[in-house]
Amino acid sequence: MSEYFNPELETLTRSEIEALQLERLKATVAHCYSGSEFYRKRLDSIGLRPEDIRSLDDLKKIPFTTKQDLRDTYPFGMASVPLEKCTRLHSSSGTTGNPTVILHTQKDLEQWANAVARCLWMVGCRPEDVFQNTSGYGMFTGGLGFQYGAEKLGMLTVPAAAGNTLRQLKFFTDFGTTVVHAIPSYAARLYEVMCERGIDPRRDTRLRTLVIGAEPHSEDTRRRIEDMLGVKAYNSFGMSEMMGPGVAFECKEQNGMHIWEDYFIVEIVDPDTLEPVPDGEIGELVLTTINREAMPLLRYRTRDLTRIIPGDCPCGRHHKRLDRMKGRSDDMIILKGVNIFPIQIETILMQFKELASDYLITLETLEDNDAMTVEVELSDMFIDDYSALQKLEKEITRQLRDEILITPRVRLVPKGSIPKSEGKAVRVKDLRKQYQ
Amino acid sequence: MTVNQISIFIENKSGTLVKVLKLLKSEGIQLIASTIADTAEYGIFRIICSAPDRAYNVLKEAGVAVSLCEVFAIQLDDVPGRAADAIGLFANEGISIAYLYSFLLKGKGVLIFRTDNADRAREVIAKNNLKAIPEKDLSLLL
Repeated sequence: MSEYFNPELETLTRSEIEALQLERLKATVAHCYSGSEFYRKRLDSIGLRPEDIRSLDDLKKIPFTTKQDLRDTYPFGMASVPLEKCTRLHSSSGTTGNPTVILHTQKDLEQWANAVARCLWMVGCRPEDVFQNTSGYGMFTGGLGFQYGAEKLGMLTVPAAAGNTLRQLKFFTDFGTTVVHAIPSYAARLYEVMCERGIDPRRDTRLRTLVIGAEPHSEDTRRRIEDMLGVKAYNSFGMSEMMGPGVAFECKEQNGMHIWEDYFIVEIVDPDTLEPVPDGEIGELVLTTINREAMPLLRYRTRDLTRIIPGDCPCGRHHKRLDRMKGRSDDMIILKGVNIFPIQIETILMQFKELASDYLITLETLEDNDAMTVEVELSDMFIDDYSALQKLEKEITRQLRDEILITPRVRLVPKGSIPKSEGKAVRVKDLRKQYQ
Repeated sequence: MTVNQISIFIENKSGTLVKVLKLLKSEGIQLIASTIADTAEYGIFRIICSAPDRAYNVLKEAGVAVSLCEVFAIQLDDVPGRAADAIGLFANEGISIAYLYSFLLKGKGVLIFRTDNADRAREVIAKNNLKAIPEKDLSLLL
Protein backbone atom coordinates (compact mmCIF):
# COMPACT_ATOMS: atom_id res chain seq x y z
CA MET A 1 0.00 0.00 0.00
CA SER A 2 1.16 3.52 -0.75
CA GLU A 3 2.78 5.78 1.78
CA TYR A 4 0.45 8.50 0.55
CA PHE A 5 -3.31 8.96 0.72
CA ASN A 6 -3.35 11.32 -2.28
CA PRO A 7 -0.09 10.18 -3.93
CA GLU A 8 -0.15 12.69 -6.80
CA LEU A 9 -1.03 15.75 -4.74
CA GLU A 10 1.23 14.87 -1.83
CA THR A 11 4.33 14.37 -3.97
CA LEU A 12 3.99 17.38 -6.26
CA THR A 13 7.29 19.15 -6.86
CA ARG A 14 7.65 22.77 -5.81
CA SER A 15 7.02 24.07 -9.30
CA GLU A 16 3.97 21.83 -9.68
CA ILE A 17 2.63 23.03 -6.33
CA GLU A 18 3.09 26.64 -7.36
CA ALA A 19 1.41 26.12 -10.72
CA LEU A 20 -1.57 24.49 -9.04
CA GLN A 21 -1.69 27.27 -6.45
CA LEU A 22 -1.77 29.97 -9.10
CA GLU A 23 -4.57 28.24 -10.96
CA ARG A 24 -6.58 27.81 -7.76
CA LEU A 25 -5.82 31.32 -6.50
CA LYS A 26 -7.16 32.85 -9.72
CA ALA A 27 -10.30 30.75 -9.46
CA THR A 28 -10.74 31.61 -5.77
CA VAL A 29 -10.38 35.36 -6.25
CA ALA A 30 -12.83 35.27 -9.16
CA HIS A 31 -15.24 33.22 -7.06
CA CYS A 32 -14.98 35.61 -4.08
CA TYR A 33 -15.42 38.62 -6.34
CA SER A 34 -18.57 37.28 -7.94
CA GLY A 35 -20.01 35.53 -4.89
CA SER A 36 -19.16 37.65 -1.86
CA GLU A 37 -20.31 41.22 -1.45
CA PHE A 38 -17.67 41.69 1.22
CA TYR A 39 -14.77 40.76 -1.07
CA ARG A 40 -16.21 42.56 -4.09
CA LYS A 41 -16.36 45.80 -2.11
CA ARG A 42 -12.95 45.23 -0.64
CA LEU A 43 -11.26 44.55 -3.98
CA ASP A 44 -13.17 47.39 -5.66
CA SER A 45 -11.97 49.75 -2.95
CA ILE A 46 -8.38 49.25 -4.11
CA GLY A 47 -9.28 48.93 -7.77
CA LEU A 48 -8.19 45.30 -8.00
CA ARG A 49 -9.96 43.04 -10.49
CA PRO A 50 -9.72 39.22 -10.41
CA GLU A 51 -7.91 39.26 -13.76
CA ASP A 52 -5.13 41.34 -12.15
CA ILE A 53 -3.99 38.20 -10.37
CA ARG A 54 -1.47 36.84 -12.84
CA SER A 55 1.23 35.41 -10.58
CA LEU A 56 1.44 34.13 -7.02
CA ASP A 57 3.26 37.34 -6.21
CA ASP A 58 0.10 39.29 -7.07
CA LEU A 59 -1.48 37.81 -3.93
CA LYS A 60 0.28 40.58 -2.00
CA LYS A 61 -1.98 43.15 -3.66
CA ILE A 62 -4.98 41.72 -1.82
CA PRO A 63 -5.72 43.25 1.60
CA PHE A 64 -5.58 41.03 4.67
CA THR A 65 -8.72 39.48 6.13
CA THR A 66 -9.01 39.56 9.92
CA LYS A 67 -11.09 37.95 12.62
CA GLN A 68 -12.73 41.34 13.04
CA ASP A 69 -13.96 41.12 9.44
CA LEU A 70 -15.62 37.81 10.32
CA ARG A 71 -17.26 39.41 13.36
CA ASP A 72 -18.38 42.46 11.41
CA THR A 73 -20.04 40.33 8.76
CA TYR A 74 -21.65 37.95 11.27
CA PRO A 75 -23.39 35.66 10.58
CA PHE A 76 -23.39 35.08 6.81
CA GLY A 77 -21.78 38.17 5.29
CA MET A 78 -18.55 36.46 4.20
CA ALA A 79 -20.21 33.68 2.23
CA SER A 80 -19.33 33.40 -1.45
CA VAL A 81 -22.24 31.07 -2.24
CA PRO A 82 -25.97 31.37 -1.53
CA LEU A 83 -26.87 29.96 1.87
CA GLU A 84 -28.92 27.14 0.37
CA LYS A 85 -25.72 25.65 -1.04
CA CYS A 86 -24.23 25.38 2.47
CA THR A 87 -24.66 22.23 4.51
CA ARG A 88 -22.65 22.85 7.69
CA LEU A 89 -21.92 25.72 10.02
CA HIS A 90 -19.26 25.90 12.70
CA SER A 91 -18.96 28.81 15.08
CA SER A 92 -16.46 29.99 17.63
CA SER A 93 -17.60 30.94 21.10
CA GLY A 94 -17.58 34.66 21.63
CA THR A 95 -20.08 35.98 24.09
CA THR A 96 -18.12 39.23 24.40
CA GLY A 97 -18.25 40.23 20.76
CA ASN A 98 -19.97 38.57 17.86
CA PRO A 99 -18.88 34.99 17.40
CA THR A 100 -17.34 33.96 14.09
CA VAL A 101 -19.20 31.70 11.72
CA ILE A 102 -17.63 29.38 9.16
CA LEU A 103 -19.84 27.89 6.46
CA HIS A 104 -19.20 24.75 4.42
CA THR A 105 -20.74 23.30 1.29
CA GLN A 106 -20.95 19.55 0.81
CA LYS A 107 -17.84 19.73 -1.36
CA ASP A 108 -16.00 21.68 1.36
CA LEU A 109 -16.84 18.97 3.87
CA GLU A 110 -15.57 16.30 1.49
CA GLN A 111 -12.34 18.20 0.92
CA TRP A 112 -11.96 18.72 4.66
CA ALA A 113 -12.44 15.02 5.34
CA ASN A 114 -9.90 14.27 2.62
CA ALA A 115 -7.33 16.58 4.25
CA VAL A 116 -7.78 14.94 7.64
CA ALA A 117 -7.64 11.47 6.10
CA ARG A 118 -4.43 12.44 4.28
CA CYS A 119 -2.90 13.57 7.60
CA LEU A 120 -3.90 10.43 9.45
CA TRP A 121 -2.67 8.20 6.64
CA MET A 122 0.64 10.07 6.70
CA VAL A 123 1.24 9.04 10.33
CA GLY A 124 0.49 5.43 9.54
CA CYS A 125 -3.24 5.08 10.15
CA ARG A 126 -4.85 2.39 7.99
CA PRO A 127 -8.42 1.05 7.62
CA GLU A 128 -7.74 -1.74 10.13
CA ASP A 129 -7.07 0.84 12.84
CA VAL A 130 -9.60 1.82 15.51
CA PHE A 131 -9.68 5.59 16.01
CA GLN A 132 -11.02 7.10 19.22
CA ASN A 133 -11.68 10.83 19.28
CA THR A 134 -11.66 12.50 22.70
CA SER A 135 -12.38 15.94 21.26
CA GLY A 136 -15.49 17.85 22.17
CA TYR A 137 -18.10 17.43 19.46
CA GLY A 138 -20.54 20.15 18.46
CA MET A 139 -19.29 23.54 17.39
CA PHE A 140 -15.68 22.59 18.15
CA THR A 141 -14.19 21.43 14.84
CA GLY A 142 -11.91 18.85 16.47
CA GLY A 143 -14.93 16.60 16.93
CA LEU A 144 -16.64 16.31 13.56
CA GLY A 145 -13.45 17.24 11.68
CA PHE A 146 -11.58 14.15 12.86
CA GLN A 147 -14.71 12.02 12.75
CA TYR A 148 -15.30 12.55 9.02
CA GLY A 149 -11.59 12.32 8.20
CA ALA A 150 -11.08 9.07 10.09
CA GLU A 151 -14.20 7.60 8.48
CA LYS A 152 -13.02 8.73 5.06
CA LEU A 153 -9.77 6.86 5.64
CA GLY A 154 -11.85 3.84 6.54
CA MET A 155 -11.04 3.39 10.21
CA LEU A 156 -13.57 2.21 12.74
CA THR A 157 -14.17 5.56 14.38
CA VAL A 158 -15.34 5.98 17.97
CA PRO A 159 -16.86 9.42 18.71
CA ALA A 160 -16.13 9.09 22.42
CA ALA A 161 -16.10 12.90 22.79
CA ALA A 162 -14.57 14.76 25.70
CA GLY A 163 -14.39 13.71 29.33
CA ASN A 164 -15.55 10.60 31.19
CA THR A 165 -12.06 9.16 31.45
CA LEU A 166 -13.10 5.78 32.82
CA ARG A 167 -15.37 5.23 29.84
CA GLN A 168 -12.54 6.26 27.49
CA LEU A 169 -10.31 3.60 29.08
CA LYS A 170 -13.04 0.98 28.81
CA PHE A 171 -13.35 1.77 25.09
CA PHE A 172 -9.57 1.43 24.69
CA THR A 173 -9.59 -2.06 26.06
CA ASP A 174 -12.99 -3.25 24.76
CA PHE A 175 -12.74 -1.86 21.22
CA GLY A 176 -9.00 -2.31 20.79
CA THR A 177 -8.39 1.37 20.07
CA THR A 178 -5.09 1.90 18.24
CA VAL A 179 -5.21 5.63 17.47
CA VAL A 180 -6.34 8.39 19.81
CA HIS A 181 -6.86 12.07 19.23
CA ALA A 182 -6.47 14.09 22.43
CA ILE A 183 -5.11 17.39 23.61
CA PRO A 184 -1.73 16.82 25.33
CA SER A 185 -2.96 17.57 28.84
CA TYR A 186 -5.78 15.04 28.41
CA ALA A 187 -3.34 12.42 27.14
CA ALA A 188 -1.40 12.87 30.39
CA ARG A 189 -4.65 12.63 32.35
CA LEU A 190 -5.53 9.36 30.59
CA TYR A 191 -2.20 7.92 31.67
CA GLU A 192 -2.70 9.10 35.24
CA VAL A 193 -6.05 7.31 35.47
CA MET A 194 -4.60 4.20 33.81
CA CYS A 195 -1.99 4.08 36.57
CA GLU A 196 -4.63 4.47 39.26
CA ARG A 197 -6.60 1.58 37.75
CA GLY A 198 -3.56 -0.64 37.24
CA ILE A 199 -3.82 -0.47 33.45
CA ASP A 200 -0.51 -0.74 31.62
CA PRO A 201 -0.98 0.92 28.24
CA ARG A 202 1.67 -1.30 26.60
CA ARG A 203 0.32 -4.53 28.04
CA ASP A 204 -3.41 -3.87 28.28
CA THR A 205 -4.16 -1.71 25.22
CA ARG A 206 -3.32 -1.69 21.53
CA LEU A 207 -2.59 2.06 21.50
CA ARG A 208 0.04 2.88 18.91
CA THR A 209 -0.55 6.40 17.65
CA LEU A 210 -1.58 9.59 19.34
CA VAL A 211 -2.65 12.71 17.53
CA ILE A 212 -2.18 15.82 19.61
CA GLY A 213 -3.02 19.39 18.87
CA ALA A 214 -5.15 22.38 19.75
CA GLU A 215 -3.09 22.98 22.89
CA PRO A 216 0.44 24.37 22.59
CA HIS A 217 3.00 22.00 24.03
CA SER A 218 6.75 21.60 24.12
CA GLU A 219 8.87 18.88 22.55
CA ASP A 220 9.59 17.61 26.08
CA THR A 221 5.90 17.21 26.76
CA ARG A 222 5.47 15.23 23.56
CA ARG A 223 8.36 12.88 24.43
CA ARG A 224 7.04 12.39 27.94
CA ILE A 225 3.57 11.52 26.68
CA GLU A 226 5.07 9.10 24.15
CA ASP A 227 6.99 7.38 26.96
CA MET A 228 3.99 7.21 29.22
CA LEU A 229 1.59 5.67 26.73
CA GLY A 230 4.08 3.77 24.58
CA VAL A 231 2.91 5.53 21.42
CA LYS A 232 4.15 7.83 18.68
CA ALA A 233 2.59 11.26 19.15
CA TYR A 234 2.09 13.55 16.15
CA ASN A 235 1.49 17.25 16.34
CA SER A 236 -1.36 18.73 14.35
CA PHE A 237 -2.45 22.23 13.47
CA GLY A 238 -5.85 23.47 12.52
CA MET A 239 -8.20 26.34 13.06
CA SER A 240 -11.90 26.61 12.45
CA GLU A 241 -11.47 29.58 10.06
CA MET A 242 -9.36 27.32 7.83
CA MET A 243 -11.91 24.47 8.28
CA GLY A 244 -10.51 22.87 11.45
CA PRO A 245 -8.04 20.02 11.91
CA GLY A 246 -6.19 18.86 8.80
CA VAL A 247 -4.53 22.15 7.86
CA ALA A 248 -1.03 21.01 8.79
CA PHE A 249 0.25 17.79 10.28
CA GLU A 250 3.51 16.14 11.14
CA CYS A 251 4.74 13.26 9.06
CA LYS A 252 6.63 10.33 10.54
CA GLU A 253 9.78 12.46 10.71
CA GLN A 254 8.15 14.44 13.57
CA ASN A 255 10.01 17.51 12.44
CA GLY A 256 7.51 20.22 11.51
CA MET A 257 3.97 20.05 10.19
CA HIS A 258 3.40 19.81 6.43
CA ILE A 259 0.83 22.39 5.44
CA TRP A 260 -1.22 21.25 2.48
CA GLU A 261 -0.35 23.74 -0.19
CA ASP A 262 -2.98 22.45 -2.59
CA TYR A 263 -5.48 23.78 0.01
CA PHE A 264 -3.68 26.86 1.32
CA ILE A 265 -1.18 29.50 0.30
CA VAL A 266 1.15 30.17 3.20
CA GLU A 267 2.73 33.49 4.04
CA ILE A 268 4.75 34.36 7.12
CA VAL A 269 4.77 38.10 7.76
CA ASP A 270 6.22 40.47 10.29
CA PRO A 271 3.19 41.24 12.50
CA ASP A 272 4.14 44.93 12.74
CA THR A 273 5.17 45.79 9.18
CA LEU A 274 3.10 43.00 7.57
CA GLU A 275 6.00 42.45 5.18
CA PRO A 276 7.02 38.86 4.42
CA VAL A 277 9.88 37.36 6.42
CA PRO A 278 12.34 34.86 4.89
CA ASP A 279 11.83 31.11 5.43
CA GLY A 280 13.19 30.09 8.82
CA GLU A 281 12.27 33.33 10.54
CA ILE A 282 9.39 33.64 12.97
CA GLY A 283 6.41 35.74 11.97
CA GLU A 284 2.65 35.67 11.79
CA LEU A 285 1.04 32.92 9.77
CA VAL A 286 -1.22 34.25 7.01
CA LEU A 287 -3.29 31.76 5.04
CA THR A 288 -5.33 31.97 1.86
CA THR A 289 -7.76 29.15 1.19
CA ILE A 290 -7.68 28.00 -2.44
CA ASN A 291 -9.86 24.95 -2.21
CA ARG A 292 -13.10 26.17 -0.68
CA GLU A 293 -16.51 27.06 -2.00
CA ALA A 294 -18.71 28.37 0.77
CA MET A 295 -16.42 30.85 2.41
CA PRO A 296 -12.92 31.25 1.01
CA LEU A 297 -10.70 33.58 3.03
CA LEU A 298 -8.04 35.67 1.31
CA ARG A 299 -4.86 36.39 3.27
CA TYR A 300 -6.39 35.59 6.64
CA ARG A 301 -4.26 36.77 9.56
CA THR A 302 -4.23 33.79 11.92
CA ARG A 303 -2.35 35.70 14.64
CA ASP A 304 -0.35 32.54 15.28
CA LEU A 305 3.41 33.01 15.32
CA THR A 306 5.50 30.34 13.68
CA ARG A 307 8.15 29.83 11.01
CA ILE A 308 8.66 27.77 7.90
CA ILE A 309 11.25 25.06 8.47
CA PRO A 310 13.66 25.46 5.55
CA GLY A 311 14.86 22.51 3.51
CA ASP A 312 13.46 19.26 2.19
CA CYS A 313 11.73 16.61 4.26
CA PRO A 314 12.95 13.03 3.80
CA CYS A 315 9.33 11.85 3.61
CA GLY A 316 9.09 12.87 -0.04
CA ARG A 317 6.48 15.57 0.41
CA HIS A 318 7.43 19.03 -0.79
CA HIS A 319 4.60 20.79 1.01
CA LYS A 320 6.19 23.30 3.36
CA ARG A 321 6.61 22.52 7.03
CA LEU A 322 5.44 24.78 9.85
CA ASP A 323 7.30 24.75 13.12
CA ARG A 324 5.25 24.35 16.28
CA MET A 325 3.38 27.52 17.20
CA LYS A 326 5.55 30.00 19.08
CA GLY A 327 2.84 32.22 20.50
CA ARG A 328 0.36 34.81 19.31
CA SER A 329 0.64 38.25 17.79
CA ASP A 330 -2.50 39.34 19.63
CA ASP A 331 -3.40 38.76 23.26
CA MET A 332 -5.44 35.62 22.68
CA ILE A 333 -4.73 32.82 25.13
CA ILE A 334 -5.03 29.20 24.06
CA LEU A 335 -5.63 27.05 27.11
CA LYS A 336 -6.66 23.41 26.87
CA GLY A 337 -7.68 23.99 23.27
CA VAL A 338 -10.00 26.84 24.18
CA ASN A 339 -9.42 30.31 22.76
CA ILE A 340 -9.72 33.05 25.36
CA PHE A 341 -9.27 36.79 25.08
CA PRO A 342 -8.33 38.71 28.27
CA ILE A 343 -11.13 41.18 27.51
CA GLN A 344 -13.66 38.40 28.18
CA ILE A 345 -12.21 37.99 31.66
CA GLU A 346 -11.99 41.73 32.24
CA THR A 347 -15.62 42.24 31.26
CA ILE A 348 -16.76 39.76 33.89
CA LEU A 349 -14.50 41.11 36.63
CA MET A 350 -15.56 44.70 36.09
CA GLN A 351 -19.17 43.82 36.82
CA PHE A 352 -18.30 43.20 40.49
CA LYS A 353 -18.43 46.37 42.54
CA GLU A 354 -16.34 44.61 45.20
CA LEU A 355 -13.38 44.52 42.80
CA ALA A 356 -10.91 47.19 41.72
CA SER A 357 -9.77 47.43 38.11
CA ASP A 358 -6.41 45.68 38.28
CA TYR A 359 -6.05 41.99 37.58
CA LEU A 360 -3.44 39.53 36.42
CA ILE A 361 -3.95 36.28 34.52
CA THR A 362 -1.22 33.70 35.10
CA LEU A 363 -0.92 30.59 32.97
CA GLU A 364 1.28 27.79 34.21
CA THR A 365 1.94 24.13 33.72
CA LEU A 366 1.25 22.23 36.92
CA GLU A 367 2.48 18.69 36.52
CA ASP A 368 1.21 18.05 33.00
CA ASN A 369 -1.81 20.26 33.18
CA ASP A 370 -2.10 23.82 32.06
CA ALA A 371 -3.94 25.99 34.54
CA MET A 372 -5.10 29.57 34.81
CA THR A 373 -5.02 31.74 37.92
CA VAL A 374 -6.83 35.07 37.96
CA GLU A 375 -5.66 37.46 40.64
CA VAL A 376 -7.90 40.43 41.14
CA GLU A 377 -7.68 43.36 43.49
CA LEU A 378 -10.43 44.14 45.96
CA SER A 379 -11.88 47.61 45.76
CA ASP A 380 -12.02 50.02 48.70
CA MET A 381 -15.33 48.55 49.73
CA PHE A 382 -13.62 45.89 51.78
CA ILE A 383 -15.92 43.34 53.38
CA ASP A 384 -15.03 42.15 56.86
CA ASP A 385 -16.57 38.73 56.44
CA TYR A 386 -14.87 35.46 55.47
CA SER A 387 -17.98 33.78 54.17
CA ALA A 388 -18.88 36.78 52.03
CA LEU A 389 -15.35 36.79 50.58
CA GLN A 390 -15.58 33.10 49.82
CA LYS A 391 -18.97 33.57 48.22
CA LEU A 392 -17.53 36.37 46.13
CA GLU A 393 -14.64 34.17 45.01
CA LYS A 394 -17.01 31.38 44.06
CA GLU A 395 -19.32 33.69 42.16
CA ILE A 396 -16.42 35.18 40.18
CA THR A 397 -15.17 31.67 39.38
CA ARG A 398 -18.61 30.55 38.24
CA GLN A 399 -19.16 33.53 35.98
CA LEU A 400 -15.67 33.21 34.46
CA ARG A 401 -16.29 29.53 33.86
CA ASP A 402 -19.52 30.28 32.03
CA GLU A 403 -17.72 32.78 29.83
CA ILE A 404 -14.41 31.07 29.00
CA LEU A 405 -15.44 27.41 29.50
CA ILE A 406 -12.45 26.76 31.74
CA THR A 407 -12.43 26.92 35.53
CA PRO A 408 -9.74 29.32 36.67
CA ARG A 409 -8.39 29.63 40.19
CA VAL A 410 -9.55 33.01 41.45
CA ARG A 411 -7.46 34.85 44.06
CA LEU A 412 -8.63 38.00 45.77
CA VAL A 413 -5.71 40.25 46.58
CA PRO A 414 -5.49 43.60 48.39
CA LYS A 415 -5.61 46.77 46.41
CA GLY A 416 -2.21 47.84 45.10
CA SER A 417 -0.62 44.41 45.31
CA ILE A 418 -0.56 43.65 41.57
CA PRO A 419 2.63 45.19 40.20
CA LYS A 420 1.92 48.17 37.96
CA SER A 421 3.93 48.50 34.81
CA GLU A 422 4.89 51.67 33.05
CA GLY A 423 2.67 52.21 30.05
CA LYS A 424 0.68 49.24 28.79
CA ALA A 425 -0.67 47.09 31.61
CA VAL A 426 0.59 43.53 31.78
CA ARG A 427 -2.53 41.40 32.04
CA VAL A 428 -1.23 37.97 31.15
CA LYS A 429 1.80 36.12 32.46
CA ASP A 430 2.44 32.92 30.53
CA LEU A 431 4.74 30.62 32.48
CA ARG A 432 3.75 27.50 30.56
CA LYS A 433 6.54 25.32 29.28
CA GLN A 434 5.72 25.36 25.58
CA TYR A 435 6.61 28.99 24.99
CA GLN A 436 9.98 28.70 26.69
CA MET B 1 -22.14 49.82 74.18
CA THR B 2 -19.76 49.00 71.28
CA VAL B 3 -16.10 49.51 70.45
CA ASN B 4 -14.47 50.23 67.11
CA GLN B 5 -12.65 47.44 65.40
CA ILE B 6 -10.24 47.79 62.50
CA SER B 7 -10.36 44.99 59.91
CA ILE B 8 -7.56 44.58 57.42
CA PHE B 9 -7.42 42.33 54.41
CA ILE B 10 -4.05 40.58 54.49
CA GLU B 11 -2.66 38.51 51.66
CA ASN B 12 -0.99 35.30 52.75
CA LYS B 13 2.49 36.45 51.84
CA SER B 14 5.49 37.16 53.99
CA GLY B 15 5.89 40.79 54.97
CA THR B 16 2.27 41.87 54.68
CA LEU B 17 1.43 41.61 58.39
CA VAL B 18 4.56 43.39 59.51
CA LYS B 19 3.86 46.23 57.09
CA VAL B 20 0.54 46.91 58.83
CA LEU B 21 2.05 46.63 62.33
CA LYS B 22 4.86 49.02 61.43
CA LEU B 23 2.38 51.62 60.22
CA LEU B 24 0.56 51.45 63.57
CA LYS B 25 3.84 51.61 65.43
CA SER B 26 4.90 54.72 63.55
CA GLU B 27 1.76 56.44 64.83
CA GLY B 28 2.26 55.25 68.40
CA ILE B 29 -0.96 53.26 68.30
CA GLN B 30 -1.18 50.42 70.79
CA LEU B 31 -2.85 47.09 70.14
CA ILE B 32 -5.29 45.98 72.82
CA ALA B 33 -6.43 42.76 71.16
CA SER B 34 -6.15 41.22 67.73
CA THR B 35 -7.03 38.08 65.83
CA ILE B 36 -6.31 36.54 62.47
CA ALA B 37 -7.46 33.23 61.06
CA ASP B 38 -5.44 31.16 58.62
CA THR B 39 -6.93 30.46 55.23
CA ALA B 40 -5.06 29.37 52.13
CA GLU B 41 -4.99 32.68 50.31
CA TYR B 42 -5.74 35.56 52.66
CA GLY B 43 -6.72 36.51 56.16
CA ILE B 44 -8.73 39.21 57.89
CA PHE B 45 -6.65 40.84 60.61
CA ARG B 46 -9.00 42.31 63.23
CA ILE B 47 -7.70 44.79 65.75
CA ILE B 48 -8.94 46.60 68.84
CA CYS B 49 -6.51 49.44 69.45
CA SER B 50 -5.98 52.65 71.38
CA ALA B 51 -6.90 55.00 68.52
CA PRO B 52 -9.08 53.27 65.91
CA ASP B 53 -9.98 56.38 63.89
CA ARG B 54 -6.35 57.40 63.52
CA ALA B 55 -5.33 53.82 62.75
CA TYR B 56 -7.99 53.64 60.04
CA ASN B 57 -6.78 56.86 58.40
CA VAL B 58 -3.12 55.87 58.51
CA LEU B 59 -3.79 52.50 56.94
CA LYS B 60 -6.17 53.90 54.35
CA GLU B 61 -3.62 56.50 53.28
CA ALA B 62 -1.00 53.77 52.94
CA GLY B 63 -3.32 51.98 50.52
CA VAL B 64 -4.20 49.10 52.86
CA ALA B 65 -7.61 47.46 52.37
CA VAL B 66 -9.16 48.40 55.69
CA SER B 67 -12.60 48.88 57.21
CA LEU B 68 -13.87 50.20 60.51
CA CYS B 69 -16.84 48.67 62.27
CA GLU B 70 -18.49 48.41 65.64
CA VAL B 71 -18.27 45.24 67.67
CA PHE B 72 -19.50 44.39 71.15
CA ALA B 73 -17.04 44.28 74.04
CA ILE B 74 -18.34 42.71 77.22
CA GLN B 75 -16.49 42.59 80.47
CA LEU B 76 -16.79 39.43 82.56
CA ASP B 77 -15.65 38.44 85.99
CA ASP B 78 -12.57 36.27 85.88
CA VAL B 79 -14.45 33.16 87.01
CA PRO B 80 -14.87 29.89 85.08
CA GLY B 81 -18.17 29.64 83.19
CA ARG B 82 -18.91 33.35 82.72
CA ALA B 83 -18.39 33.21 78.95
CA ALA B 84 -20.80 30.30 78.70
CA ASP B 85 -23.40 32.22 80.66
CA ALA B 86 -23.03 35.35 78.58
CA ILE B 87 -23.05 33.70 75.16
CA GLY B 88 -25.89 31.47 76.32
CA LEU B 89 -28.09 34.55 76.66
CA PHE B 90 -27.63 35.35 72.96
CA ALA B 91 -28.09 31.75 71.90
CA ASN B 92 -31.39 31.61 73.81
CA GLU B 93 -32.62 34.54 71.76
CA GLY B 94 -31.53 32.88 68.51
CA ILE B 95 -28.79 35.40 67.87
CA SER B 96 -25.70 33.97 66.16
CA ILE B 97 -22.15 35.04 66.89
CA ALA B 98 -20.30 35.75 63.64
CA TYR B 99 -16.90 35.70 65.31
CA LEU B 100 -15.50 36.14 68.79
CA TYR B 101 -12.16 36.67 70.48
CA SER B 102 -11.21 37.47 74.04
CA PHE B 103 -8.47 38.89 76.20
CA LEU B 104 -7.74 39.65 79.84
CA LEU B 105 -7.38 43.22 81.00
CA LYS B 106 -6.69 44.25 84.59
CA GLY B 107 -7.93 40.93 85.91
CA LYS B 108 -11.19 41.09 83.96
CA GLY B 109 -12.08 39.01 80.94
CA VAL B 110 -13.22 40.88 77.82
CA LEU B 111 -15.19 39.19 75.02
CA ILE B 112 -15.14 40.93 71.64
CA PHE B 113 -17.76 39.68 69.21
CA ARG B 114 -20.00 40.44 66.31
CA THR B 115 -23.52 39.09 65.95
CA ASP B 116 -25.86 38.65 63.02
CA ASN B 117 -28.34 41.07 64.61
CA ALA B 118 -26.83 44.05 66.41
CA ASP B 119 -30.14 45.63 67.49
CA ARG B 120 -31.41 42.51 69.21
CA ALA B 121 -27.99 41.92 70.75
CA ARG B 122 -28.23 45.39 72.29
CA GLU B 123 -31.57 44.46 73.82
CA VAL B 124 -30.13 41.27 75.30
CA ILE B 125 -27.22 43.21 76.79
CA ALA B 126 -29.51 45.85 78.31
CA LYS B 127 -32.08 43.37 79.64
CA ASN B 128 -29.47 41.20 81.34
CA ASN B 129 -27.31 44.05 82.63
CA LEU B 130 -24.23 42.72 80.85
CA LYS B 131 -21.29 45.04 81.25
CA ALA B 132 -20.66 46.35 77.75
CA ILE B 133 -17.58 48.52 77.41
CA PRO B 134 -18.07 51.73 75.42
CA GLU B 135 -15.26 52.94 73.18
CA LYS B 136 -14.33 55.85 75.43
CA ASP B 137 -13.71 53.54 78.39
CA LEU B 138 -11.51 51.17 76.49
CA SER B 139 -8.37 53.27 76.46
CA LEU B 140 -8.95 54.16 80.11
CA LEU B 141 -8.55 50.50 80.93
CA LEU B 142 -5.03 50.45 79.51
